Amino acid sequence: MSDEVIKNIIVREDEDYIINMGPQHPSTHGVLRLEVCLNGETVNYLTPHIGYIHRSIEKMCESDTYKQIIHLSDRMDYLSSHMNNEAICLAVENALEVEVPLRVKYIRVALDELSRIASHHLWWSAFGMDLGALTAFFYGMRDREKILAIFEESFGSRLLHSFNTPGGLMHDVHPNFQKHIMEFVHYFRKKLPEYKQLLTDNVIFHNRTKGIGNMTRETAIAFGVTGPSGRGSGFSCDVRKTAPYGLYDEIKFNEILHDKGDSFARYLVRMEEMEESLNILEYVADNIPEGDFTAKMKPIVKLPEGEYFQRVETARGELSVYIVSDGKKFPYRIKFRSPNFSNLFVLNTLAKGGLIADLVAISGSLDLVIPDIDR
Amino acid sequence: MKNSEELKTFLADLIPFATIEEGKQHLEIVVPLDKWHETAQKLRNNDRTPFDYLISLTAVDYLTKFMVVYHLEAASTHELVVVKAEVENRDKPQIDTVSDIWVTAEFHEREVFDLFGIRFNNHPDLRRLFLDEGYGFPLRKDFKDEINIIELSN
Repeated sequence: MSDEVIKNIIVREDEDYIINMGPQHPSTHGVLRLEVCLNGETVNYLTPHIGYIHRSIEKMCESDTYKQIIHLSDRMDYLSSHMNNEAICLAVENALEVEVPLRVKYIRVALDELSRIASHHLWWSAFGMDLGALTAFFYGMRDREKILAIFEESFGSRLLHSFNTPGGLMHDVHPNFQKHIMEFVHYFRKKLPEYKQLLTDNVIFHNRTKGIGNMTRETAIAFGVTGPSGRGSGFSCDVRKTAPYGLYDEIKFNEILHDKGDSFARYLVRMEEMEESLNILEYVADNIPEGDFTAKMKPIVKLPEGEYFQRVETARGELSVYIVSDGKKFPYRIKFRSPNFSNLFVLNTLAKGGLIADLVAISGSLDLVIPDIDR
Repeated sequence: MKNSEELKTFLADLIPFATIEEGKQHLEIVVPLDKWHETAQKLRNNDRTPFDYLISLTAVDYLTKFMVVYHLEAASTHELVVVKAEVENRDKPQIDTVSDIWVTAEFHEREVFDLFGIRFNNHPDLRRLFLDEGYGFPLRKDFKDEINIIELSN
């Protein structure tokens, strides 16, 4: 460029220097645009722009039956598709006062925890990659593959299961389901020390994540930041503990809480959550009882008039489904309170005053899935 | 549940102008529109159960009126209440913002404004969130978009 052109694009002291991160940026993992106002390398403020993949799932649900909605809910947080399905199933089952067989409850918990680990695998891989540790990506993907193989064997799909249905499951799981879960638990227990060596104990990783993106408990609550991101700030928000559903009030497990509130604390919560999920899996896979895979349901589900609210814990935080029914086979109104929607908007508070390079480390530690924000 | 009874009497003292009912799952509070902001402040800043965690904020279109629905939780005790405010003026729907009380409301309110066209008074940054300016309000029941929305009839 000639000198004259460069002179023309210099930003004066009183002007904001704004750059766009996204909508196609590798570290946003989806179509999210962050309008970042910079002062040198320091972030003055940032504004998230969303809606690039808004499909209005809530509107579509208003002309779908409850069994059809299951398939749409997969497409919100595609890494927690099983939990999304479960939220609707539980809401419908509670409304109709259907008691699902014990076998279903056990299988659902097993799938919840498998999905959680698989989701945390992907987060761990991508988070490492965002910070320049490419090896992490291969390690994470290698182990995630084992879980996806279990999913594929039982339901024929790897990502979007739609395996839950109001009243139970679509069909029974594969005979090798329990065996393969136990194999995975033993396999992954051996692999976890590798994860620790590669990132958790890595000095470069510490320098990139410790002390940045500090979020207090009050901030987390005020912004409604849930899931591992909220628990990294000491906000006890695990729905599995606070409003137990399914089998979770009978199973013994710990809610992982850290109170540092920085990116590294959020990282630690997820790492420890994987271990905790392994413990739950071990207990559940050992004890799946024989029985039916579904309760008796009518082909067309109609909810009695009223309002229903169901909360579940996905891999990213609290998903709530709010259904208003007018007694017909379609819901009158359905609202998904998605965890990522609330988690995204805290980003401005966390990144303000930090370096733009840290912005990647902060947004990575929040583990955002964009289709869940847009819905 | 005993706990719920206790909460009910406490809330009846705190906000005497509201109707409090035992819903199927949670306590349901219906608040007059002009008292909503005052109620929100009282719910957030009280000594017994400060409802500091706004789980969800949404609206329902009943064709004659809008119902704005808030799900609130007390982060310390995990008690949950549902608060509703009726917006009867469907041509110019308005309600007070609570983004000064719960920060997260700012974005949930933008979503409701975007999809229902309900205006939130005193909101710091009321812009559309997902859709373009000039697009209709798709979650209203009388919204028709024959090109983009496929509706299944029976």
